[in-house]
Amino acid sequence: MYNSIVLVKQVPDTANISGKVMKEDGTVNRSKLPAIFNHEDKVALELALQVKEKYGGKVTAITMGPPRASDILRECLYMGADEVFLISDRKFAGADTLATSYVLSEAINKIGNYHFIFGGRQAIDGDTAQVGPQTADKLNIPQVTYAEQILDIKKNKVTIKRKIDGGHEIVQATLPVLVTVIKEAAEPRPFSAKKVMAYKGAKSLTDLEKLTEGNSLLYTDTLIHEYQERNLFISTLTMDDLQLDVDRCGVKGSPTKVHKVESVVLAGGNQTRVEPTKDGIGILIDSLLEDHILG
Amino acid sequence: MQNLSNEVWVFIEQRDGKAVDVSLELLCKGRKLAEQLHGPLKAVVIGEDVKSIADETFKYGANEVLLIQHKELKNYRTLPYSRILNDLIIKFSPRIVLFGATVIGRDLAPRVASNTKSGLTADCTELRIDTITYLGKECKDILLQIRPAFGGNIIATIITPDNPVQMATVREGVMELSPLEKPNKTKITEIPFLPDPTDALVEIIEQFHQENKVNLKGAPVIVAGGYGLGTKENFKLIHELAHVLGGEVAGSRAAVDAGFVPHERQVGQTGITVRPKLYIAVGISGAIQHRAGMQEANKIIAINTDPDAPIFQIAHYGIVGDAVDIIPKFIDAYKHKLK
Repeated sequence: MYNSIVLVKQVPDTANISGKVMKEDGTVNRSKLPAIFNHEDKVALELALQVKEKYGGKVTAITMGPPRASDILRECLYMGADEVFLISDRKFAGADTLATSYVLSEAINKIGNYHFIFGGRQAIDGDTAQVGPQTADKLNIPQVTYAEQILDIKKNKVTIKRKIDGGHEIVQATLPVLVTVIKEAAEPRPFSAKKVMAYKGAKSLTDLEKLTEGNSLLYTDTLIHEYQERNLFISTLTMDDLQLDVDRCGVKGSPTKVHKVESVVLAGGNQTRVEPTKDGIGILIDSLLEDHILG
Repeated sequence: MQNLSNEVWVFIEQRDGKAVDVSLELLCKGRKLAEQLHGPLKAVVIGEDVKSIADETFKYGANEVLLIQHKELKNYRTLPYSRILNDLIIKFSPRIVLFGATVIGRDLAPRVASNTKSGLTADCTELRIDTITYLGKECKDILLQIRPAFGGNIIATIITPDNPVQMATVREGVMELSPLEKPNKTKITEIPFLPDPTDALVEIIEQFHQENKVNLKGAPVIVAGGYGLGTKENFKLIHELAHVLGGEVAGSRAAVDAGFVPHERQVGQTGITVRPKLYIAVGISGAIQHRAGMQEANKIIAINTDPDAPIFQIAHYGIVGDAVDIIPKFIDAYKHKLK
């Protein structure tokens, strides 16, 4: 039996940013960006589910983010996660990787009873690959990054094939361990239709508060109880739940700050337009040969 | 704030007893940063029998090497390496620590930053020292860590205003290699290593190395394809053109993600930075992350169906049209001229 906690993140779909997402002042209008499940985190969840299927155990998915991040927690349930937690608090906003890893590590300590922490190698909004190792440091456990395959798990040891620059290596790590995975590690399974039916109504605290707003017949506490009974309540962990040091959260707990954001302004170069014809291209090649760029 | 150090450190990554290029490139950048801070440039060299690497770093501007040698340190492992750096950084509190954004650097730097509560910025494309005002407070001689963000729609300048140690990772090829003609006065400080039982929590069983046959950095001509080519079939045109011109094949991140071309041929912020004589960008729109990796090419030709594609703004020659039509014409014309 091996229990896994999977770190997942909802990210803006940076590959599909359209012009409209940029504000007049050149900053990003996050609310306009489509939000998606970070792919490598989905791969991490798949790997955790495979470990569970082979060896038994429990898979818990957690995410830190705004209330709408519960979307991807529902997707975790559709794939087969046993339990999910939304780690959310206004005071977490603006966190860099250091503050994020502090909150995540405390949430993991609270959930406890794990052998593996899985996560994607990196999230596509920042591509930093920092939160995994920083969380492992705070939990004081070893890390294996860039994992491509779990070869074997025996007693308290796991053997993992990982990518390194210019090749691969096989390492053996003592559990508990934090593992970050690359996309080659697994193909995430599709959602199970049965689980979609079962969990599509799963709601977080904020979702339920929205339901009770403007409806005097509904009480949040009653609803929470009802959703818990039906196993449809997405638990939220806040700063108070985790008894965190406010100075280590959010903007306050982040040593790195954004000093300046510039929208990309392209200097118009002295470009020569080349006609897309045989003659046009011929002239281009002549000048390249003349300048010793070619030949 | 307390008196800040003026030391710049570079972690020298070694594989099989040889320093990797990005570490030497960072020494060259670090040298300039250290000059501005009027401080020393120090190289941290960790391994087994790696004194020759220590000597090599002096050629690139290191004033001092912190040398840690032990047979347990032959290969990089997260726990002992991070423990060494944590201890050194806590003890000496350098102002700046730079790492290559390699697999090792990206495994090590965040763990060390977490342990020493330092700010860390990944994949910087530019590093500069300047005095700025942040929230009404003057930050003297602070490190500006500049990187594209949000899919390349913006360029962010990141700073670490309140912490003594500022850390950054940089990809290979981003900083230029400029060895010194005459090394500075130098010294080696050996630092003892004490093995710890936790070092054995992760053991290397086996390593496989594939000889990296791709040499994009040294190629005089690069033909790069993007997502705009549409299919892997069309991407073959890139190979044909590269073959005829005697160049190397490369791709944008989108082309790599689409499976048109392997990752080791990716040019850009999260790939390789190149400075060839000629760079032909085909079906590449020219997001800032891509441009960060190729804009210093001597000559750039852009081929794209979209006349408004940003790649045209930095190209020396622009051809608006479909690659499927243009590349065969290019190949024909080139063969004809050579006759």
